[in-house]
Formats: sequence, structure tokens, C-alpha cells
Amino acid sequence: MTAILPPRGAADRLTGLFWRRPSLLLFLLITPPLLWLGVVYLGSLAALLLQSFYSIDEFSGVVKEEFTLKTYAELFRPQNLDIILRTLVMATIVTLTCAILAFPIAYYAARYAKGPWKAAFYLGVMLPLWSSYLVKVYAWKLILAKEGIIGWAAEGTGTGFIISGILSIPGLEGSSLSTSPFGTYLVFVYIWLPYMILPLQAALERVPTSMLEASADLGATRGQTFRTVILPLAMPGVIAGSIFTFSLTLGDYIIPQIVGDSSRFIGLAVYQLQGTAGNIPLAAAFAVVPILIMLVYLGLAKRAGAFDAL
Amino acid sequence: MTAAVTFQNVSRHFGPASAPVKAVDGVDLTIPEGSFFAMLGPSGSGKTTCLRLISGFEKPTSGQIRIFGEDVSNTPPHLRNVNTVFQDYALFPHLNVRDNVAYGLMVKGMARAARYARADEMLALVKLADYGDRKPAQLSGGQRQRVALARALVNEPRVLLLDEPLGALDLKLREAMQDELKALQHRLGLTFIFVTHDQHEALSMADHLAVFNDGKIAQIGTPQDIYDRPATRFVADFVGSSNVLPPALTRALGGPEEWASLRPEATRLAPTGPVTGRVTALRYLGSGTRVVIDAQGIDLAALVPSGHPVPAEGDITAIAFDPAALHLMGGT
Amino acid sequence: MRSEASWGLKAAALGGLLFLHLPILLIFLYAFTTEERTYQFPPPGLTTEWFAVAWNREDIWPPLYLSLKVAAISTALAMILGTLVAAAMARARFFGRDQISLLILLPIALPGVITGMSLRSAFGIMDIPFSTWTIVLGHATFCIVIVYNNAVARMRRLSGGIMEASADLGANAFQTFRYILLPNLGTALLAGGMLAFALSFDEVIVTTFTAGQQSTLPIWMLNELVRPRQRPVTNVIAIVVFAATFLPILIAYYLTRGGNDTAGMGK
Repeated sequence: MTAILPPRGAADRLTGLFWRRPSLLLFLLITPPLLWLGVVYLGSLAALLLQSFYSIDEFSGVVKEEFTLKTYAELFRPQNLDIILRTLVMATIVTLTCAILAFPIAYYAARYAKGPWKAAFYLGVMLPLWSSYLVKVYAWKLILAKEGIIGWAAEGTGTGFIISGILSIPGLEGSSLSTSPFGTYLVFVYIWLPYMILPLQAALERVPTSMLEASADLGATRGQTFRTVILPLAMPGVIAGSIFTFSLTLGDYIIPQIVGDSSRFIGLAVYQLQGTAGNIPLAAAFAVVPILIMLVYLGLAKRAGAFDAL
Repeated sequence: MTAAVTFQNVSRHFGPASAPVKAVDGVDLTIPEGSFFAMLGPSGSGKTTCLRLISGFEKPTSGQIRIFGEDVSNTPPHLRNVNTVFQDYALFPHLNVRDNVAYGLMVKGMARAARYARADEMLALVKLADYGDRKPAQLSGGQRQRVALARALVNEPRVLLLDEPLGALDLKLREAMQDELKALQHRLGLTFIFVTHDQHEALSMADHLAVFNDGKIAQIGTPQDIYDRPATRFVADFVGSSNVLPPALTRALGGPEEWASLRPEATRLAPTGPVTGRVTALRYLGSGTRVVIDAQGIDLAALVPSGHPVPAEGDITAIAFDPAALHLMGGT
Repeated sequence: MRSEASWGLKAAALGGLLFLHLPILLIFLYAFTTEERTYQFPPPGLTTEWFAVAWNREDIWPPLYLSLKVAAISTALAMILGTLVAAAMARARFFGRDQISLLILLPIALPGVITGMSLRSAFGIMDIPFSTWTIVLGHATFCIVIVYNNAVARMRRLSGGIMEASADLGANAFQTFRYILLPNLGTALLAGGMLAFALSFDEVIVTTFTAGQQSTLPIWMLNELVRPRQRPVTNVIAIVVFAATFLPILIAYYLTRGGNDTAGMGK
């Protein structure tokens, strides 16, 4: 028997070719997905940018395919600035609420849950994360309706005054929670909460127990340990989670459409402008706003070291 | 004797051409057919890269490799009649032991019954006849090692490559496997090339060995050659904890002004002598006691056989040795 | 440091989990209510008639078919493309590797409304009429990352040596793919495919921009939510959509359990 076997066919020859030219195989593997993402996705993003520099003829309603900054200037009209500001405020308070609610769940799952409980917690977060978005939003429509379960429970326990109290706060008015901005806020928090829990849990799991023991050993109270050890180490996880909650709130247009007082958010503006209004250039310009906000946000998050926790 | 593997000025560089990492740097090497050849060196010395150059998982940046006289520059790994026992064994986790062993025959198109028969033969050879139906995860480290061996040998390779094959085993098992491997190599008459950083293993198993340092071969020879006559300070130091004497000390001991090596077991303690020193450490080894003496700022180790008097730490003593044991390495 | 959690923490953690799950359970209850016009709680009575009514509603079937079709095609495309990227990225480091991984992540990292509006802009500029394929374009794009994440996590866990071992034993690249890589990657790919299917079947944000006048099941549901006709029928459909996402996730979880690469970390 010789030391070198002869190639048995085309497959052997091709394998030899790939071995001699590893970059050829890499090229063959990466080209189809790169073409897809490059053409379909980046191409579309380029089209979005292009559209945002077009304008619409005010009389005929036809898109004028000429470069102009006029459409972007329209974003600075008071009613449009209002939309952007409202969206930013909502995204901020939703993100903060998610961080607060997520902390005990993530902390318990990371630190105390063992064996089957760990799996249960994991599934308990994963299932709501992945299960139908629309169905979850719909469930809240049922819950927040005037005649729904919350109203029923409030009536039964005599706590209806709390709801009417919330609904009488200026800015949160509505005939029921389901038509109040407070309802919109609740649903946002509910839908995006799992996106905060998972990275936070991942960050907390990286805090070694010995470090907490060392802190306690050095005389720190539980509160001090939390403030000086756990919280700083959890911050990258919170920031990573906030990227999701912030970005998703910025772009969502289904939730404010179904729950709330139909005041407009960026996503809803984009949707309505491209649809019924037929003003694709302005819709495109609106869609560029979250991209810019997220770029700034990601830049800040990167500086804070959040990407190690993703 | 024909050569199983030859390297002609082979280099393998990694990283950018402007500042390459020279994993293997201009190696010339001839491995005789039927030998049990060890590549010995510290980690990062280029020995594993050399093994991977033979199996084809690395390609030389320059130079030529021949296997049984044939240039393998254009031969991919799967067409080289050379098999490897990997360091972590790399058993296929989804296949049972029998299918693992029969894999090489399967991809070459042998019918199921025939390849299973051969696989069972091989499993019997490595004393795992009853383990064919188990999954790799159900085996101990030593058993996995044998499966990896059987999986390689079933292909009847011209050369068997072993990458730190015993590294993951505990001491007792390692010694047993050393004997078995040696016996197996004798029986099959194959060329075994194995990589190790353990000098005892290399010395006790190999009939030829190459000592690697910084991508180059520091010395090639028989274990006896290398142990008794190390070519460089590195070899003397790395292969069996030798005393490396600077020229001044060699001279003080009555030799020429050259670097020299002196084995601890050839070094004795004496009441008087040209070089004296203070005892700084004692280590009881069972068969004797290793005594370290600080002589002119150089640590010298001597082996005091059991039954002989052992000094205490802090004692001043002189050293003596058989002049034939002093191996000169040149240089001043 | 106490190894037992305080009651406050336990209660908060458990409360959080209940907050995540109770609303979904409510959907099941409402599918059986006898009340047709409002979301009255508790339901005045229970009935199973809505399942039959939903079954006989002819406007439900075409959207269901379209959703299944789109999800199947998108999943198939994403599995091919995602596996290819994963295979390429698992190989040596190469120039532009980080940029590519960002590019794969982008469709899911940016809000869906951007992906949707971008595609809509492109269709507008190129005068592409809406069709099943315009929906698939969007869905496959954001499903690639799901399959990719699952495949890459599994490849990381696989001992790199087994591919070399296969070649060493005489297998060519195709045999190594078939006998070694595919069996070890199979469950991870299947899990990725399941999740991609669930994601596509349920997707509504990007779809509204790429569907034109077509209606997938989520779009049908969205229309019912905005302008309700027979609320309990919508509830029944909600259960169907929920099951179509819930079951694949559960299967994906069991397929990839026992490793750090458990499915779903990267939605």
C-alpha cells in the first residue's frame, strides 16, 4: 500500500481543491447569505434613505424623485416633533420599568434557582418571549377593557378609585385603562420585559458567589453588597436589555394602535404615512429617526461595555 | 532503512508575512521506517505543528515533506495513508464504539459486515472486545484512548501519529499504556510518531527522538545520545533535570572552560573537593535523596542513594563526580 | 451570605413570572365565553360553539394558508442561508468577519418597522408588485439570524477535532458533512428552524409593509382587533396562533436542552 491514496472521484478532487484553496470554500459558503443580506437588506435600507430624500408633491400627491431636504425639514414641525418626543419619553420609562421588574426575576433565577427550578424559570421567561406577539397584545385588550378582569377585580375589592385616580391624571385620561396612555405603557412593559430579564440574568450569573461572600466577609450589609457589588456588575446586562426594550418601543406601532388613546408614536406615524396618507418620503424620513437614535444609544452602550453581556 | 517521513527545510509561519510567528522554522528531519519516533519539547516549540504538517492539517509555508518518498504538497489529509490519535481523542459522540472504529473503512466503501468484523478484531486487539455497542461518553479516559487507537489502526496506516496520547491519563494508567503502545508497535512493525512534552515518556518509549525548541530542532538522536550527550544547554536542561555548568564552574571542577552538563545521579557528595557549597534543599525520592547545593551561585543537584549519609540543610559540602560523566557542550 | 432567598425576593420573582403568564391564560378562557360583543369578565356562560363557527368562517382559511406558506418558505431559505453563514463563520477568522456578524444581527436588532419600511421603499422604487414573495423576502431576512445563532452555538460546543478526525480517517468533505457534521448539528438546525417558523408565522410588523392587500393570519387578526366583528372567533384564532408559536418553541427547547446554547437566547 502506498502512502498516498488516489482520488476516488469528483468529491475527493473537490475536497483536495478546498484543502489547497481554503478561501474558495469560504467564498462559496459566504456568498449566498451575503448576497441575500447585502442585496435584500442593505439594498432596502439604502432605498429607505433614498426615499427619505425625495418629497411629495402637495397637490398631486405624487412622489417627486429629486434630492431634497424638505422632507427632513417636515420632521421639525411641532406635531412631528411631538411624536418623536412622546416616543422617546415612552421608550425611556418603559425601559426603566422593565429594568426594575426584571431585576428580582433575573436575580432569583441566577442566584437561587437550582435544577428543575432553573429550567422552569428559563422556560417561564422564554415562552412569553417567543409566543405570539399579537396574541399577547390582544390578551391585554381583554384585561384592560372597562368590563374586563381588572375592572371586575377592582369592583370586587372596592379599589376602583385607584383606576379612576390614574385615569384622571392629566395626560393619562381615558374612558378605561384600555384607552388610556397608561394602558399603552403597561402593555409595552409586559411585552418587552423578557428581553430585559435574559441579558440581566446572564450578567448576574457571571457574578461569582465568592465575590458576594467576600463582600459580606468584609462586613458589608446586604444592602451595601447590593449597591457596591451586584448593581455595578449587573449594569452591562441592564444596558444590553435596554437596547432591546428601547429599540422595540421606538419602532412599535401595533400596541399604540390597539391599546391607548391613539396618540401617535414614531412607528404608528411611519405606518400611517406610507399607508393611508401615501407619503412614502416622510414615512421613510420618520423611519430614519429610530435608526439615528439607536446608533447613538448603541455607541453609548458600547462605551459602557454592554456587548460583553449579549 | 527507508525513510517513512522526511522534512526538507520545512517552515510553517502563522500571522501576517511582515511579522510572522514561526511555529516551525527550517526543520530538516528524517524519520526511519518502523521506528518509534518521539517529538519532544515544551509547549509552543513546534512539535505539534510538525505532526499536523504530516497529517496534512497544516500546510508548510516553505520546504517539502515526503511520506515514503512521495511529495505530499498536493495531497489533502483524507488521501494520506497516515492516521492520528488525537490529544482529546476526538471520538465521534453520536456513533457507538464499533461505528467509530469502522468509520475509516465505511468512508472507503467497505460493506457493513466486513467492516464490523475488522472493527471487532481491532477492539479485541486493544482489549475492548465487549465495548462495541457503547457510546464514547460511557467510557473512561483510558478506554477512549484505546478506541482512538483502534480507530486509527484499523485503516492499516503506514504511519501512526500520536498527539500527546497519554496526556489526559493518570500516572498509573499512563505507565501501563506506555508499555502497551510499545508492545503494539513492536508487533505491528509500524512507524509511530508521537508528540510529548514529558521527557520521561519520550526517553522510555522512543527509539529515536527529536528535541524541539522555538520551532527548530535542538537535537536528534537516540534517547541514550540525548540523555548522555546533550548538544545544547536547552537540551541538557529540558531532558532530565541536568546540572548545567557555566564555563567558569566547569573549569573550577577541573574541566576546560566550556559549558558542560552533569547528571545529578552522576554527582556525589564528598567531604573535600575543589567546589563546595551550602545545602539549600533536600527532597526524599524513595530510591534516594536529591540534595541541592548552592555552589558559586549556581544550584547543583546531587543524588544520594539510600543507605548513604544525607547532610542537613545549611551544611557545607563539596561535590565529586566521575570525570567521564561530565559532558562538554562547547562555548564560553 | 444566605443561600436561601428572602421572602420579598421570592415573592417579587414569582410575581414577575405570574405577570408574564396570567394574561396568556386569559385568552383560553375567553375562547369559550358566550358573550359576543364585549370583553365581559367573568364570562356570563361557557360554550364551545365558537370553534365550530371559526372552522366554518371562510375568510380565515386563505390567510392561514398564506401564513403557513410564507413561514415554510422563509424557514427553508433561512435554514440554508443561516447554516451557510454559520459554517463560514465557524472556520478561521477572516477579514470582515465582525462586519458580517453585525449584518446578520441587524434585521433583528433594528425595530421591525425599519425593516418593513425599508423593504416598502425598495418595492416602491423598483415598482415591485406585492406578492407572497415580497413577504418572504422580509421574513427570511430576519429568520436567518435565528438559525445562525442556533447553529453557531452548537458548532462552538462540538469538539473541533471531530471534523479533522473524519478527514484523517479518509472521509472527503462531503462525507464529513453527511456523517459527522449533519448528525451533530441536526437538532440545533431543527430547533433553529422551529423558532424561525414560529417567528415567521406570527410576524405582523414587517408583514404589514410587505403584504399589500394580502392577508396573513396575524394581519387578519390585527384587522379584527382594530375593527372587531365576532370577538369570540378572534379568540379562537388567537389560540391557534398561540399554539403555532408555543409548540415549536417548546420542541426547540427540548432539542437543545443541556447546553449553554439553549434555543431562543437571540430573539
